[in-house]
Amino acid sequence: MLLAGILFALGLVGLLARRNLIFILMSIEVMLNAAGLAFVVAGSRWQESDGQVMFIFILTTAAAEVAVGLALLLQLYHRYKSLDADAASLMRG
Amino acid sequence: MLKLLWLIPAIPFASFTVLALFGSQISKKAAAFIGSASIAVSAVISILITWSFLVSTPPGDAYTQVLWTWIDVAGFRPQVAFYLDPLSLIMTLVVTFVSFLIHLYSAEFMIESEGYSRFFAYMNLFVASMVTLLLADNLLLLYLGWEGVGLCSYLLIGFWYSTPANGLAARKAFIVTRIGDTAMIIGLFLLFRHLGTLHIQELMRRASEQWPVGSSLPIAAAALLLGGAVGKSAQLPLQTWLPDAMLGPTPTSALIHAATMVTAGVYLITRTHVLFTLAPPVQFAVAVIGASTLVFAGFSALTQWDIKRVLAYSTISQIGYMFLAMGVGAWAAGIFHFMIHAFFKSLLFLAAGAVIEAVHEEHNIFKMGGLRKELPLAFGVFLIAGCSLAGLPLITAGFYSKGLIVWEAWSSPKGNVILWLAGVIGVLLTALYIFRVIFLVFFGEVKASVTKRTGYKIHIPLVFLAVLSLVSGFVNLPPALGNVPLFTRLLDTVLPPVKQGHFGPLTEMRSEGFLALAFLIGLGLAYLLYLRDRQWSDALTRTRAGKALHEFWFADWGFDWCYDKLFVQPILWFARFDKGDVVDSFYNGTADLSELLYRGLSLTENGQLRWYAAVIAAGTVVFVAIALFL
Repeated sequence: MLLAGILFALGLVGLLARRNLIFILMSIEVMLNAAGLAFVVAGSRWQESDGQVMFIFILTTAAAEVAVGLALLLQLYHRYKSLDADAASLMRG
Repeated sequence: MLKLLWLIPAIPFASFTVLALFGSQISKKAAAFIGSASIAVSAVISILITWSFLVSTPPGDAYTQVLWTWIDVAGFRPQVAFYLDPLSLIMTLVVTFVSFLIHLYSAEFMIESEGYSRFFAYMNLFVASMVTLLLADNLLLLYLGWEGVGLCSYLLIGFWYSTPANGLAARKAFIVTRIGDTAMIIGLFLLFRHLGTLHIQELMRRASEQWPVGSSLPIAAAALLLGGAVGKSAQLPLQTWLPDAMLGPTPTSALIHAATMVTAGVYLITRTHVLFTLAPPVQFAVAVIGASTLVFAGFSALTQWDIKRVLAYSTISQIGYMFLAMGVGAWAAGIFHFMIHAFFKSLLFLAAGAVIEAVHEEHNIFKMGGLRKELPLAFGVFLIAGCSLAGLPLITAGFYSKGLIVWEAWSSPKGNVILWLAGVIGVLLTALYIFRVIFLVFFGEVKASVTKRTGYKIHIPLVFLAVLSLVSGFVNLPPALGNVPLFTRLLDTVLPPVKQGHFGPLTEMRSEGFLALAFLIGLGLAYLLYLRDRQWSDALTRTRAGKALHEFWFADWGFDWCYDKLFVQPILWFARFDKGDVVDSFYNGTADLSELLYRGLSLTENGQLRWYAAVIAAGTVVFVAIALFL
């Protein structure tokens, strides 16, 4: 559990601190896996199979998310010739 | 036959409804036909009614037709009813007949104008309102017609609304007459409060029974009604709207601002003459207003260069004559002058309209000239109407009506020598300004080329009105000149005849002689100044005093300037000053606050992805903390 918490915090910090979109995506992956780890740990703690079922779900969502995320990333790179997240800040109010 | 009375206002109103609803879908021809035919039917009905009224006079010399009860609440029970007596009969006959001729004229005159059917719709609504005003048997219905004609006047002055000046003139007319209307409605409240009815005949009976002559109530009531009449009839000091109203189409000027609507004030005073007789100071004020207006407006007319504005001041001046007649108790003479004025003044306007059309929308009389040969018909009828206006002795109608008024301004117990003198000076001025126009427009060298000819729809009304301007005076001849008092005798049953008061050295014949002399002097002056040698009149306006006087008269004796400084500017200043009072600051504060919030919120939406993520994370922490610890 502690490891899961640390991993999640690391992912969050990476997400906030990094400007490169690839690292942001990787941070999100780290956070997702941290959440998955928490489920598995909790499942083994209470002897339930739900934790592992949820992890499978999280894996599939993560796969889908990465696919979409990478596609968006490619588009952004195409348009701005950079992977800086702050460069794509035109949609402001 | 008298039962058809309600149709006179109803038919124009029906055709107004048709034109207003379907005007855009029907052709110009159909619109003109519906618009003019309805007035023609009304005119025919009023002729029939006049005939049957004269042949078999109903008992009491009056006929009332009650249609329905309008309101019935707490003793206040005005009816929609029409009251026909010789006074309203004559007025209705003249109004419908002149209206018909002017509609016929408009059918050709307005053909190229935009909003052709709209024009006829307004004109028909005007006739319906005007006849309602004349035939109303109670003051509330009269007020309905009164406001109806005011509305039509507003709509028609601003008929070509795409020019801002026209809209401004319309607004001015509406606001200035509104001042009088407010006084009038307060007068109606006062009458109802103290006499308990608005039915005119009943009101007059009760007033003369309950109120002694010269007491304060009839004075207040009559003064308030006079306020309404002064506004509507463009008398001093509310005359400023009428010259500006000339920006409307010429048939409108002829119908509304010369022949009919502006004389509504005269009608109101005549209708309630009992009240005015009970209030001698107010009646004297009527005479003074009339006399001063006719002289003031006469001087102003001398200096205008716009042909229609000359005629507008002339209208103000001629209504001044009617007011003078009312003021000295010469009721019948005033109505007589109303009738003849309706003929010659609408003719002057229609002829002026034909001239303006012919020389390509040129209003400036100094840029016309020598049109006598090019436009013989317009010249002929303008000359006839001008002579009638100025009172060419013996053959024109204007001479007889004016002669009667001026004579009675002397001979009535309420008249005096100053009022008489004002009338005579008025004739001199009238002859001077109208012949100034005639000489400048029709004589001298040719300055403008004629581009357009007019057709029969314009010629018929012109000729008809010209004949009427000449012969209509013969229904009432003074004792020394044939003695045919048909007109005054007809009105005797409604309006008390003038008591012959003091005579002094003047007889009626001599009074008429003075009028003829004044006419000749005016004509001679106009000939000398504007025909024989134009340099004289130029020299006159070039001297310093002459120039100052010219500008002063041209600007209507500074009335507009005064009102602007006295009322308009202070109100505008106060409006600017009062922009940020408590109420406004509350509403402005609400607006400011929401704008502040908007700016604050839009700052958070900065497009920075990582900022959003951080806020989401922080928000999650906060909510989890709330959920855990509370």
